[in-house]
Amino acid sequence: MIPTWAQIGYLVAAVCFIVALKALSSPRSARTGNLIGAAGAVLAVIITFAAYKPDHLVPILIALAIGTVGGVIGSRRVQMTQMPQLVALFNGVGGGAAALVALLELGDVPSEATVAAIATAFTILVGAISFSGSVVTFAKLQELMTTRPVTFPGLPVLFVASLLGGIALAVWLVSDPRVWVGVLLCLIGLAIGVMLVLPVGGADVPIVISLLNAFTGLTVAAGGYVLGNTLLLVAGTLVGAAGTLLTKLMADAMGRSVFNILFGAVRGGSTLGAGTASDRPVISGGPEDVAILLGYANKVIIVPGYGLAVAQAQHTLRDLVEELQSRGVKVDYAIHPVAGRMPGHMNVLLAEAQVPYEQLREMDDINGDFKTTDVVLVVGANDVVNPAARNTPSAPIYGMPILNADEAQRVIFLKRSMRPGFAGIENELLYDPRTTLLFGDARDSLTKLLTALKTV
Amino acid sequence: MTESIALLTIFVLAAFVGVEVISKVSSTLHTPLMSGANAIHGVILVGAIIVTGAADSAIVVIVGLLAVVLATVNMVGGFVVTDRMLEMFKGPGARKKELHK
Repeated sequence: MIPTWAQIGYLVAAVCFIVALKALSSPRSARTGNLIGAAGAVLAVIITFAAYKPDHLVPILIALAIGTVGGVIGSRRVQMTQMPQLVALFNGVGGGAAALVALLELGDVPSEATVAAIATAFTILVGAISFSGSVVTFAKLQELMTTRPVTFPGLPVLFVASLLGGIALAVWLVSDPRVWVGVLLCLIGLAIGVMLVLPVGGADVPIVISLLNAFTGLTVAAGGYVLGNTLLLVAGTLVGAAGTLLTKLMADAMGRSVFNILFGAVRGGSTLGAGTASDRPVISGGPEDVAILLGYANKVIIVPGYGLAVAQAQHTLRDLVEELQSRGVKVDYAIHPVAGRMPGHMNVLLAEAQVPYEQLREMDDINGDFKTTDVVLVVGANDVVNPAARNTPSAPIYGMPILNADEAQRVIFLKRSMRPGFAGIENELLYDPRTTLLFGDARDSLTKLLTALKTV
Repeated sequence: MTESIALLTIFVLAAFVGVEVISKVSSTLHTPLMSGANAIHGVILVGAIIVTGAADSAIVVIVGLLAVVLATVNMVGGFVVTDRMLEMFKGPGARKKELHK
């Protein structure tokens, strides 16, 4: 039995976690909130040592030290563009840890406690799915493997069969909690995780991260039930709610259902594109032409995309915007919800370049402003301004909410080549007579623009 | 049975609190939200310590220690990287101050 003071300590830790999430409602309070959350976690660990008086103290402390060093090094070294991979990886190890804990608890689950046995089976299965799914997600984002959807004939059959097998094993485990059944369940979970993520295309992987995050959260909550630990229960449930909500938000921003994103490639109706360059005529200009357009505008909106981050051009873009502002041009950034590789990723990338967050405006907030805007500068983005999402029912991105860049007087695209975007669909806006293209690497182009702007 | 009902109650209430709190998170901060939530589920570390501490066979200790390492990476790494991101979110005032330095 856990002593009362420890229960109260766990309650304090749970409140710390809620405060940490609540503080994220504003960038001003968010950092303090995160520190409170971390303090809650440290408190929880100290209470656990004091209340449970675990054996094998020295090996546990060594394991803690190893994990701490690994976590700190990983999170210090990572570049902001690689954030989605890191979140996927951390999520995976959390899910893996939960599955292992449940596996070890298996021997201690009393045979008459059916609910606890169900929770244990759930934790093992979903924790394993979360682990292997996250590892595949990491490999895709890190480009250790192809980012295209991977399918093979028989995958749907195998997937459904594994799922049914997993459920059957889970039922078996509930009626007869044997460790080897648990290990088998764990293995089938790993296989399901891999098959779940393989057919998902690179552009849709962020949704999977969010979904797996929710899975791990629920796994931890179920683990908390098994151990009778309220802190794990509350913390896991909070994370489960966060992941579910974010998954839904992202799917809405892409105008597709979660089911379609996960299984679209399997059914053939996915965002698979041709990916070939087009040879239709476009208007391209030099840096000087574009600089004149920008320098003499009253109002400019910047649409940044992941291409900006790949070229590491956020800082150059900020310098360009500051130069424009010093000339009296009103400049805003329009942030599409799926700009970057995960929800809110573009905000982090621009914050790294010290762009004040007040200048970053969300899609719903800024979409009415394009009509009165002189120039829209699209840097490394494509699909998020593709009018096909509105006008072409046959396009794979049809129905996805987009930024109304086509309503502005002039549009400038900084593009590397004429290759279509992630979704692989032609963007009519590129061929519009009001559109000017400036070809080249985003950072080079922005540097040339900045130089040209100072002379016009 | 009363204990499982109590736990179920906590679960349901926590779910409502979670949805309520998270729907108010500014979309600017969705990436830190994801990594922060990620760090919070690293608290499975508590569970890993409990099962390892109660272990009586070598194999259970080894698997338990593996779980401790994984959970610690999740928790520590999650909070550190979230802090790194949030540190960068500054208003216009902060940026000016830095330029004047």
